[in-house]
Amino acid sequence: MSESSFEPIEEKLYWNRYLVDAGRPHIRVRRHLSPSASLRALTKICPANCYSFDDAGQVKVVTDGCLECGTCRVLCEATGEIDWNYPRGGFGILFKFG
Amino acid sequence: MSRERFDAIVVGAGMSGNAAAYTMASRGLKVLQLERGEYPGSKNVQGAILYANMLEGIVPNFRDDAPLERHLVEQRLWIMDDTSHSGMHYRSHDFNEQRANRYTIVRVQFDKWFAGKVREAGGTILCETTATKLARDCSGNVIGVHTDRAGRPILADVVVLAEGVNGVLGTRMGLRDMPKSQNVALAVKEMHFLPEHVIAERFGLTGDQGCVIEALGTISRGMAGLGFLYTNRDSISLGIGCLVSGLAESMESPHTVLNGFKCHPSIKPLLAGSEVKEYAAHLIPEGGFRAIPELHGEGWVVVGDAAQLNNAVHREGSNLAMTSGQIAGEAICTIKNQGRLMTKDNLSLYKSMLDKSFVIKDLIKHKDVPALLHTNSQSLFSTYPKLLSQAAQSFVRVEGSTKIEKEKAAIDAFIKARSRWGLVSDAVRIARAWR
Ligand SMILES: Cc1cc2nc3c(=O)[nH]c(=O)nc-3n(C[C@H](O)[C@H](O)[C@H](O)COP(=O)(O)OP(=O)(O)OC[C@H]3O[C@@H](n4cnc5c(N)ncnc54)[C@H](O)[C@@H]3O)c2cc1C
Ligand code: SF4
Repeated sequence: MSESSFEPIEEKLYWNRYLVDAGRPHIRVRRHLSPSASLRALTKICPANCYSFDDAGQVKVVTDGCLECGTCRVLCEATGEIDWNYPRGGFGILFKFG
Repeated sequence: MSRERFDAIVVGAGMSGNAAAYTMASRGLKVLQLERGEYPGSKNVQGAILYANMLEGIVPNFRDDAPLERHLVEQRLWIMDDTSHSGMHYRSHDFNEQRANRYTIVRVQFDKWFAGKVREAGGTILCETTATKLARDCSGNVIGVHTDRAGRPILADVVVLAEGVNGVLGTRMGLRDMPKSQNVALAVKEMHFLPEHVIAERFGLTGDQGCVIEALGTISRGMAGLGFLYTNRDSISLGIGCLVSGLAESMESPHTVLNGFKCHPSIKPLLAGSEVKEYAAHLIPEGGFRAIPELHGEGWVVVGDAAQLNNAVHREGSNLAMTSGQIAGEAICTIKNQGRLMTKDNLSLYKSMLDKSFVIKDLIKHKDVPALLHTNSQSLFSTYPKLLSQAAQSFVRVEGSTKIEKEKAAIDAFIKARSRWGLVSDAVRIARAWR
């Protein structure tokens, strides 16, 4: 089997259980002129593929599949580019096995 | 009506928080534990190997009802290049003892069980509750926590921060720094389900014997990283972790790295036919001794991963978390029984007890390893594994060249890749760090 024949991340996220707090994303990207190297890296290294570029070349985040690992927080909270919080108690990823 | 006040609030119901809450509740303290997940464990990820001695020191008869998967009889360490692995396997019948030393566990089930013990001991656990801020008095002393439930802060004599590697409370309140990207690894993990007898056959196991594989080499694509495969009763935990700094520099997708590990010819047959039921990710503290923050202050202590108490060299974390939680709990009980206040001075008892334990002693022993891994990742995780594989293959293949020629070719390949000076300095650095 070649690597490319493996499930894309989006399919893997379907294995998981989430309770999405609709309309209350726990991570936001602040408005930025051009994304820093760290913010750009998130479009590749977020394990849930939550980060992507929008048409204007800005980085955006959709937190529905977030695994709450904290990688983006470690890289970009200090640069001021993102605003990071845990979801409200009970919401977010609910691991069955962990 | 006077407000309810607790002897201690524990933030987090993971390994360290449960150990701390259990220790204090079973000694009669009034303990409140907060957990942001729907149930304890719902936010937690581990490989997961459980070290029995440390848990036994807290819950002596845990084997009666704890959800344990398999006791480990075999440990494999694999050095891998793209198509091969060289391995060291250690298997011993001695591990089939009554009170086995190491077990695999499924973390979510284990955390639910451990939290149940806290409740039995009289502790109160409030789930679906995220602590958002520490409450302080006018002198800055910690006196409780605010939560995302409406209402006034909850008050206690002392707050135990057991919030894990990505804890927001301590970092936002300035009690410790945020972990640096070279001091944390991002691990991604999948749960592969297979019938119990298939796992037994593939790994040569009977009953509830287990086998684990730790793997390093080109699977982490030149980044400092480690793969693992652990056998549970009817599932296999498969994962790989790489330093966040390495990922950010290389822009490698962790999910692609995991897929690469999964389809390595040495791993793939072990998973064939499995049904995958979960994909998880979590950080692991890797900074070692030098990354440990201040461990106590006015009205607070920090334990477990939040305090970077994790031994990356030996893949131990949960036991350091449990033991630090237990020691913090014991220290708090001692101070309380002496009728003293939870001041920074008095809470230094926790630090001095921890310094005497295996937790700090082990971390001091390996204090130089994180820097070594960070700066030499390309040679340690890519160049050397490839050379090792070439040398092994050349010695195994029989095709007419003399053994002396083969030996010379292998040595020349090492020198060509790293230079004589490079090899000597790598050897010295590695020896020093592991000393
Ligand atoms: C992939 C992987 C494999 C590992 N393998 C092993 C292994 O095989 N053996 C081993 O010994 N160790 C292993 N570890 C390390 C081990 O998992 C950790 O060291 C251990 O879980 C740390 O325990 P802790 O209690 O400090 O933190 P955690 O277990 O992370 O617990 C923190 C808890 O706090 C809660 N929390 C956080 N913030 C708040 C808040 N503000 N309010 C309320 N609740 C909050 C979280 O929901 C969580 O329940 C592994 C780790 C990973 C990621
Ligand atoms: S916390 Fe982890 S999974 Fe969630 S958005 Fe950040 S990097 Fe992605």
